[in-house]
Amino acid sequence: MSPILKLVVQRLALGVLLLLAASVLIFVGTEILPGDVASAILGQGATEQALANLRIELGLNDPPVTRYFNWLFGVLQGDLGVSLSNRRDIAEAMSVRLSNTLFLAFWAAIIAVPLAILLGLVAVRYEGRWPDKVVSGATLATISIPEFLLGYIAMYFLAVQYRIFPSVANINASMSLGDKLNAIALPVLVLVLVVLGHMMRMTRAAILNVMQSAYVETAELKGLRSFTIIWRHAFPNAIAPVVNVVMINLAYLVVGVVVVEVVFVYPGMGQYLVDHVAKRDIPVVQACGLVFAAVYIGLNLVADIVSILANPRLRHPK
Amino acid sequence: MRMPLSAMIGLFFTALYFLAAIFADFIAPYGMAEIVGGVWDPISREHWLGTDNIGRDLLTRMIYGGQTTIFVATMATLLSFSLGSVLGFTAAVIGGWVDQALSRFVDLLMSIPSLIFALVVLSVMPVTVLVLVLVMGILDSTRVFRLSRAVAVDITVMDYVEAARLRGEGNVWIIFREILPNALSPLVAEMGLRFIFAILFISTLSFLGLGVQPPLADWGGIVRENREGIVYGIPAALVPAFAIATLAISVNLVADWVLTRTTSLKGGRGG
Repeated sequence: MSPILKLVVQRLALGVLLLLAASVLIFVGTEILPGDVASAILGQGATEQALANLRIELGLNDPPVTRYFNWLFGVLQGDLGVSLSNRRDIAEAMSVRLSNTLFLAFWAAIIAVPLAILLGLVAVRYEGRWPDKVVSGATLATISIPEFLLGYIAMYFLAVQYRIFPSVANINASMSLGDKLNAIALPVLVLVLVVLGHMMRMTRAAILNVMQSAYVETAELKGLRSFTIIWRHAFPNAIAPVVNVVMINLAYLVVGVVVVEVVFVYPGMGQYLVDHVAKRDIPVVQACGLVFAAVYIGLNLVADIVSILANPRLRHPK
Repeated sequence: MRMPLSAMIGLFFTALYFLAAIFADFIAPYGMAEIVGGVWDPISREHWLGTDNIGRDLLTRMIYGGQTTIFVATMATLLSFSLGSVLGFTAAVIGGWVDQALSRFVDLLMSIPSLIFALVVLSVMPVTVLVLVLVMGILDSTRVFRLSRAVAVDITVMDYVEAARLRGEGNVWIIFREILPNALSPLVAEMGLRFIFAILFISTLSFLGLGVQPPLADWGGIVRENREGIVYGIPAALVPAFAIATLAISVNLVADWVLTRTTSLKGGRGG
């Protein structure tokens, strides 16, 4: 087996293991905490009978290990359980919301990734001069500003004062693509701003790192043209770190989505999770937590695998 | 070395917010939950920032809100530092399976985004200030753990640690008397960043309605209370959000300065 394939398979297996461990953690986080889950859900005034009924329904009388495996096998077969608050099938309710969230994240990524790489390159080209300083200043600002401030500023000026975009991002299946894009313009804008800072700074660091390496200097001293240096020497080595940067920030986007969806009342996964945390609807929270964790782990996994595949040193085994 | 302007600005605002939080009871013009005007009254001489969604003085809410937000964030940062650094040093000093077990567990905790995991846990826990501090502190200690372990691994191979070992000192002595003083400066610089993270984290949770519970004021909660006003062109919700951003940027500027200062003392980068 070639070393690359072996590394990739190892990394995939590790990812599956990590996801499994994460599912245990999510389960433990919601079920084996101090206090009784049933009374936490129903509150102080619950009658003994109601508590007993809920315990039976949640299967709380079974030992935790049994409950975990019941839950896990259900999840593996696509059965995420039934919501406690409205008795609806979670997988069904979630599929619409997941596709809405992915729609939002997709457009944010499509805009943010090329823009961040471009601005990162500009910062490298003019290192230490004013474009570079603007980039690092913007990075400091976006790291420190909470997502909801960006959201409400955008809403206040672009939706309320100037009425360019709608303030509430409501989409449904019957809308055309253009209408949908108009509806999600503000949340996409905010998400782009949220990830842009990190992505620019990390791209800049990754490319600077490559440009300052010994082999680029050697290539310069050999008298190669700068285009050849970038294309043949710098670019192949910069792919892995840049893809890594992109994937880490896409994973970050998945979390940023939670707040942005709440700000713009967007019918996606984040809003779904937050609503059901407040209702203490544990099956929904577990399912959402697992989906978010899976996406997050998956994106990090892709980042690792791409850096393995793109590493020129692994292509020529000793 | 003179203090750069950016650090001075940062220090000024950080101090301002902290002093306002500490002396909230003396400087707040009205009571925290006292209804003193109409709904969303504009800025006036009586109400410097106007009133909020049920007619409370917004400046008063902001001062008390800052108190809660800064208190929770400070406590969570202290917890994450004590927990993370002690465990990180322990992992580096003892090594072997203790290090493996702790490091793999931290990897696992970090494989789930903190906000998501916090939401999962808060869905069953009673949402009190103590629980919030514990959840935030424990989740954030993973990052402190990684940093302090990495720093301590470099220190444990030093001759003076070896000398202490040969002298027969125990692990507790080595952790607190040999490693801690030498690992302090990178940890202090990191503390600023963790504090900002804690401020943003608690504000986000409160904004989502799952953090500090009303009638207690906190900045994220004030954003939440006043957010409906935005649609009618009332910017009350922007005030606390703006306070969060300025506090975060100020602490960042100070932390940057501390970082360059401590590294330059050792002859490192910065000058």
